Amino acid sequence: MLELSLHVLDIVNNSIKAKATEIEIEINEQVLKNTLTISIKDNGCGMDKEFLKTVTDPFKTIRTTRKVGMGLSMFQAAAEATGGKLKISSKKGVGTLVCVTFTYDHIDRQPLGNMAETMQILTSGNDSIDFIYHHIKEDKEFLFDTRQIKEILGDVSLANPEITMWIRGHIEEGLAELDS
Amino acid sequence: MKSLAELEAIKNKIKNQVEVRRESDSSTRIVVGMATCGIAAGARPVLAALVDEVGKRNLANVNVSQTGCIGMCRLEPIVEVFEPGKERVTYVKMTEEKARKIIAEHIVNGKVVTEFTIGAAE
Repeated sequence: MLELSLHVLDIVNNSIKAKATEIEIEINEQVLKNTLTISIKDNGCGMDKEFLKTVTDPFKTIRTTRKVGMGLSMFQAAAEATGGKLKISSKKGVGTLVCVTFTYDHIDRQPLGNMAETMQILTSGNDSIDFIYHHIKEDKEFLFDTRQIKEILGDVSLANPEITMWIRGHIEEGLAELDS
Repeated sequence: MKSLAELEAIKNKIKNQVEVRRESDSSTRIVVGMATCGIAAGARPVLAALVDEVGKRNLANVNVSQTGCIGMCRLEPIVEVFEPGKERVTYVKMTEEKARKIIAEHIVNGKVVTEFTIGAAE
């Protein structure tokens, strides 16, 4: 993975596989404090203690096509390369929280990358899931919530190409304002 | 800013098209592998390009969707095209440019881009 937004896309897919109906993604960039935090919280099926202990081990996976699962291991490696860490907590039947911290200005910190595209792709295949994306940069913030979008759309699918392009553009503009 | 009012207008436009869409049962499915292997190899911009082309060309009978690991990670990003009554076509080592070409040549003009298929890669 070359961008943190790709890790987000990958890890949120775990939440989707865990049958979550609500997924919250929060990115917090505190340049002055030199921290970048990404958290992904879901109300999916959760994991038991035994599985949780080994979950960042690449040789643990629930996938059936092969015996390795690299997603969380790579996200953890990306954080640790900057002096940060990945913490994961989970409760069976309640949900999972993945919280990853990075040193903002570390030379090995991957760029955040295209979060608008990540959200576009996530929302397009999953009408039954509510996504809440909260992006904080210093004292500014941007909030995107598919519940609000669905209220407007009624029975029109979020997967409609024109809707997904609107979502992407909406987020691109929202994030650009954080930098202005 | 891409406003909610604009979203409302897009929705109303789509609602008018939906009836036409329902009448046709012969839709083409394009499926992109989006597991860790696919994402790491660059599947996200490929998928976004496919959706972009389908939207821009207003291809009402084409449905772009995501799947997990197809099982050939070294050939990712993988895109599979399912057309009714035809054999499945598997495209491998995709890029954004190749994805746009597949929409133009295969989906619109009906000509399989043989050089990007798994048969050509293997």
